[in-house]
Amino acid sequence: MELSTLQIIWFALWGLLWAVYFMLDGFDFGAGMLMPVLAQSDTDRRVIINTLGPVWDGNEVWLITAGGATFAAFPTTYAYMFSWLYLPLLAILFCLIFRGVAFEFRGKKDSDGWRKAWDTAIILCSFLASLLFGVAFGNIFRGIPINMVNGEFVYEGNFFLLLNPYALLTGIMFVLIFAFHGALWVSCKTTDALQKRAEATYKKLFIPMLAVIVLFLVYTWFETDLFANYMAFPAWFAVVVLCAASFIAAGFMKGAKAFLLSCLGIVLTVFTGIIGLFPNLIPSNIAPEFSLTAFNTSSSQYTLTIMTVVVLIFVPIVIAYQIWTYYLFRHPVRPEDVADPDVETY
Amino acid sequence: MDAIALSRLQFALTAGFHWLFVPLTLGLIILVAFMETMYVRTGDRVYLNMTKFWGKLFLINFAVGVVTGITLEFQFGMNWAEYSKYVGDIFGAPLAIEATVAFFLESTFLGIWIFGWKKISKKAHLFAVWMVALGSNLSALWILIANAWMQHPVGYILKDGRAEMVDFGALIFSSHAWAKFFHAVSSGWVVASFFVMGVSAYHLLKKNETEFFKKSLKFGAVFGLAASLFLALIGDTSGVQVAKTQPSKFAAMESLWETQSGAPEYILAIPDSKNERNTIEILPIPKLASFLAFHDWNAEVKGLKEFAPDMRPPVGLTFFSFRAMVGLGTYFILVTALALFFIRKGNIQDKSWFLKVLLFSIPLPYIAGELGWIVAEVGRQPWIVYGLMKTADAVSKNLSSAHVVLSLVGFVAFYGLLGIIDFMLLIKYSKKGPEKA
Repeated sequence: MELSTLQIIWFALWGLLWAVYFMLDGFDFGAGMLMPVLAQSDTDRRVIINTLGPVWDGNEVWLITAGGATFAAFPTTYAYMFSWLYLPLLAILFCLIFRGVAFEFRGKKDSDGWRKAWDTAIILCSFLASLLFGVAFGNIFRGIPINMVNGEFVYEGNFFLLLNPYALLTGIMFVLIFAFHGALWVSCKTTDALQKRAEATYKKLFIPMLAVIVLFLVYTWFETDLFANYMAFPAWFAVVVLCAASFIAAGFMKGAKAFLLSCLGIVLTVFTGIIGLFPNLIPSNIAPEFSLTAFNTSSSQYTLTIMTVVVLIFVPIVIAYQIWTYYLFRHPVRPEDVADPDVETY
Repeated sequence: MDAIALSRLQFALTAGFHWLFVPLTLGLIILVAFMETMYVRTGDRVYLNMTKFWGKLFLINFAVGVVTGITLEFQFGMNWAEYSKYVGDIFGAPLAIEATVAFFLESTFLGIWIFGWKKISKKAHLFAVWMVALGSNLSALWILIANAWMQHPVGYILKDGRAEMVDFGALIFSSHAWAKFFHAVSSGWVVASFFVMGVSAYHLLKKNETEFFKKSLKFGAVFGLAASLFLALIGDTSGVQVAKTQPSKFAAMESLWETQSGAPEYILAIPDSKNERNTIEILPIPKLASFLAFHDWNAEVKGLKEFAPDMRPPVGLTFFSFRAMVGLGTYFILVTALALFFIRKGNIQDKSWFLKVLLFSIPLPYIAGELGWIVAEVGRQPWIVYGLMKTADAVSKNLSSAHVVLSLVGFVAFYGLLGIIDFMLLIKYSKKGPEKA
């Protein structure tokens, strides 16, 4: 295949990996941060954590894969993105590490203080990771100050410039979407009072979420160049419309259907951004020609070909066994399940 | 310290910390899988209890191993951007493949294994644990393919100011990669064997659940002896490869200053880098260094003086780490062989001195593993990719020392806390013993 074709394929795959990652880890971030709202007892908290238990680790591997794919397919972007965004990435890293061990450690000591400390870690880290991912993507949509000095890309921003209003709004949007998504997950995977509270919560989050999405789209129009690709090829607007429609439909529905619509909504949200970015992976807001793109930062034709073959063979296999996992654990977790000493739980 | 030194320190600490958890993961899951296999075959519930007890310890350890791995993937870009740009075309691929092919397998089936006891058939559950074992060990393979490329770069050309992959086959079938892989995973199997033997010895000393822990100890000893022998054998292969392709590292491992044929091996020496000699040389074994290097007693081995002083690795650290690692490796063979001998005689539960030896030997394979990585990574200096790129040229250009100080302090505090908690939980659940199912 032509190098440019491969670069376009990998740009789309890059978007897809992030989309799947947010679709999956999104609901466990959401369920995590909503624990104080949804849970009224330790049993409730354990039920929520145990709905995530069999799947959260597999969900997080999509992030490792997205990171690894960026490294393999766009090494120059990987190198600059990770070194320029040193501090925010460090913060995300710490959140993910703390949250990960919290699931495992929480039940390992019979003490209220101990459990409370790990619950706090789960709640705060889920919230902060969502916010920070949103801020990071907000900055990517908006572009960052990349200059070109002696033929090399140079970053002229700093940590505080990343906390601009547009990026913060994107962060809030991520938090609200993930919270909505997480509440829907909990409503599908629990019973009785907890399920009722989860249903009430996603209904309550529905309007604020839509409002922030609309505000985000309007702000994006004025603040970024994302809509240029759409104006050039208006059929792309179908993706934005479909994305909004998925979320709206999710808000009016219940159970698995609503959750799957919200999954679709998240994937399309990421693609709304990705379509607008193309071919930029990280746009420069100093001059468009200083942007890091799929064309000027990619691996060689040979490497991209190898990686395409690997992905075509193995990703479908991964998706198949992950779907099997979700099918296996499709039944709601009931309070008596987490009390059963014969069943492994968190 | 500048950003380079700080970044090196940070990478060494975070990688070294990660390697405190990974080896037990690699080995213990195989032992647990064997235990569950015995349960499914015989239906004997003692094997089920063993699977659950050792499985719980596996999980406590696994959690920290898995989350600290993310740090390493991020750090290549965060601190080593110039490296990532220069070699990403060839180095990124094995990392991405690791996630796609191995890590998904390990993580997904682990969820099924933990939570699936009552959801799937016994055989499907057994399948899940073997998939976790396969996934974690495959994961090590891809990471070591990447690391082996840093030791001995193959399958690339230099083009447009970077290293580009031209031969994927050369990358994945590099003899270095397979030797490193088997050496590293078998070191993990030894860690797990000593862990299982040590914890079992503790309970046997307390006369607690004797049958259960005698059975466990036997699993550890059989697997441990096989793994220790294999580890030494493949270590020898690794040594030959190092001598062939990284002569400066081999010279530092032997603290050999002058190039010579039939080079002796000193059991102990104290290198003096400034004056390019050894202050003390004790117990020379004639011609052994030549034999270890090329399997030829009279072969010529290059001395450190062949390399400019700034092209030599830190000699003392490489030399002593190598000595201690080999010494410990020998000890592992002896101890596991002795354990197996007492088990066959049927009186291991009465040999309290030996049980104490087993208990206090738990940390030793961990130490040997860390020393092995010091030999591999410190011994490769000043190169980050041997002969191709220097570590000093690999660090991110925009990186301020202040940022690295901040992250380094963060990692030390945070990892310190995680390490202590995990250590305490491992002790607590090890002491608690099995639950009856």
